[in-house]
Amino acid sequence: MKIPDLTELALRNLRESVLRNSLTTIGISVGVASLVAMLSLGTGLQQLFSQRLAKSGLFDTIFVSSRRDLRGMGREEERKGPTPGESRVLDEPARLEIERLPNVQEAYPDIRFVTELRYEDKPHLTMISALPQSAKSNDAFDGMQGGFFSSDAATEVILQKSFAEELLGKTPPLGTPEPAVAELAKPLLGKELTMRYAQRQAAPAPQPPLRPNDSAASDDSIAGTAYSVVSREQRLRIVGVADLDPESMRGPTRARVFLPLKLAESLHVMQPTDLREISRAASDQPVYASISVRIKNPAKVQAVEDAIKKMGFNTFSILDASNSLRQVFRVLYAFLGIFGSLALAVASIGIVNTLVMAILERRREIGIMKAIGASDADVKKLFFAEAGAMGILGGIVGVMLGWAIGQIINFGTNIWLKSQSLPPEHFWAVPLWLVVFSIVFAFLVSLVSGLYPAGRAARLDPVQALRYE
Amino acid sequence: MTTAPVIPAASGTVAIRSEDLCRHYRMGETLIRAVDGISLEVRAGEFVALLGSSGSGKSSVLNLIAGLDRPTSGSVVVQDRDLAKLSREELAKYRLHVVGMVFQSFNLIARMTLAENVELPLRFAEVDRSKRDNLAREALQRVGLRSRLDHRPSELSGGEQQRAALARALINRPKLLLADEPTGNLDSHTGTEIMDMVREFNQQLGMTVVMVTHERALAERYAQRMIFLADGKLIDDRRNMPTAGERIQPA
Repeated sequence: MKIPDLTELALRNLRESVLRNSLTTIGISVGVASLVAMLSLGTGLQQLFSQRLAKSGLFDTIFVSSRRDLRGMGREEERKGPTPGESRVLDEPARLEIERLPNVQEAYPDIRFVTELRYEDKPHLTMISALPQSAKSNDAFDGMQGGFFSSDAATEVILQKSFAEELLGKTPPLGTPEPAVAELAKPLLGKELTMRYAQRQAAPAPQPPLRPNDSAASDDSIAGTAYSVVSREQRLRIVGVADLDPESMRGPTRARVFLPLKLAESLHVMQPTDLREISRAASDQPVYASISVRIKNPAKVQAVEDAIKKMGFNTFSILDASNSLRQVFRVLYAFLGIFGSLALAVASIGIVNTLVMAILERRREIGIMKAIGASDADVKKLFFAEAGAMGILGGIVGVMLGWAIGQIINFGTNIWLKSQSLPPEHFWAVPLWLVVFSIVFAFLVSLVSGLYPAGRAARLDPVQALRYE
Repeated sequence: MTTAPVIPAASGTVAIRSEDLCRHYRMGETLIRAVDGISLEVRAGEFVALLGSSGSGKSSVLNLIAGLDRPTSGSVVVQDRDLAKLSREELAKYRLHVVGMVFQSFNLIARMTLAENVELPLRFAEVDRSKRDNLAREALQRVGLRSRLDHRPSELSGGEQQRAALARALINRPKLLLADEPTGNLDSHTGTEIMDMVREFNQQLGMTVVMVTHERALAERYAQRMIFLADGKLIDDRRNMPTAGERIQPA
């Protein structure tokens, strides 16, 4: 029999016992709906986590350092490539070269130093770190009071919460609840700080020190490789107070005070690495202790990392952590899929039952069809078509049902999130592949369910089937 | 079907030949010999009646000729096909193209309209839809049911249902018409109507007819030959001069 004929006959047979076939189809729909619900929850959660992780800046960042930097920091030793002594200097040309690599969004030096900040004439010693403008979207700055830097070179500063407490003399004793960030920010925003720092100056053009006593000795005879260190002051306006944990693992956030990147670069603050670079032929270009490289697509981290390694630098990323997270999601996905499929498995037993009943009822009809020339294959195909039609119909209804369930749960959860004054989240996603997959899966499951009934119908002996009224 | 080619009843051509045909089956401990060594020949275009009481094996013989059942031993050759040697698939094709069947209980499919019932064999033969509609209409016209195309079998009388069954049996233009007690469920007037139609097909279309019946009178009126069975064995085979009406000459 031809496919259109087969479909027509199958649909007509299904219409004939509408109630029974509808119930079976609803069974499949519920199965598919549960599968869709489970898998779209999995997909949605994965998307949510991926977005969150991308925002955290952890998984798309590579930390680059020179191999001359002998600090192990527990990192795996680089065995390949040049020895530390022959390694390249991590200077401005190297940074530009890295920035030109494919998939690299930006490469910025990690500028970090410890210095003194004066607020209301009281000195506070702390670690200061520079941030690029792109850090604005980092979730580390969620819940920040005030605003981000107005520009990359603004003389502005963002304080970490605990430093704000220190400035206000409000450091809470251990065990007591921390004051709210808003409360800390109020008296500080818009106020000015004075930063005192050591500026590195190239030796040929020594500038007169601001305060004679603080000036570092300079030696003109080693011009070109020598520099002087000058004490400087910079006034900075407090624009933000960030609510982040100083103990968190993120490199830049280990500091308690943040400066705009360009401003920090222009200050030429004396950095610990400068001392080591003296022994080498130093150029005019600044030399960096380390560079953070941000990658456009987290999936390309490995490729970029390899490229940077080839240039002769040490690299470090949290790629491994992200890989194992993906593994966790794969397992979660499989679990959700298995639970979702259980209902479909139950529904498929319903199909078998319905079709076996149909064979009993239509015994005579099968006998007639065979007597007038239907082959075993024709009968088999007819029952397959009926099973398949129930599968496809059930699949379509099920996807819609699953989608609706998702929408309702999403809606309900967001009402709850709102009541907890948390931002709404979209943790339910029904991608197109899931829609297609579910319908095809339902179709295949129902075909498999039709295997036994169809075979049984095809083997029916026409003489027996026609004998009894 | 009015345009169907007339196949002359070439006397001498063998349509059906069975040799020592047996069909035995077990029912519990006892072996039932439904057909027990029947050898016979039916010439093309013949109208043969298989007579016998119930349990004589006449329906079993018909099922073997129809390819619905397989012999336990012996052979049955129809139109040069040894049915015992055909595969299930080939037997289905044989039933589809060579044989038309009518039954005592009509055996129309209740959920389908007359037109759909009649065109069902064409669906199995994978005939195009447009062609199918026309053929079904013609066939129903031939049995006088042109106006009942879209009716369901339950809306028709017994005679009308049997006429529809005849139309279905003819739609693939088979060489062989097998009828199992075709008038068994009909009153004598309607029965005569049906039998006249069968005779018409036999004479005008040259179809070989094998009819199973237990009514000797009916056989005497229509059949050219009467074969008597008892306990699965052939006990008599005699020629008969049909008494019903004039012999209709082929057109």
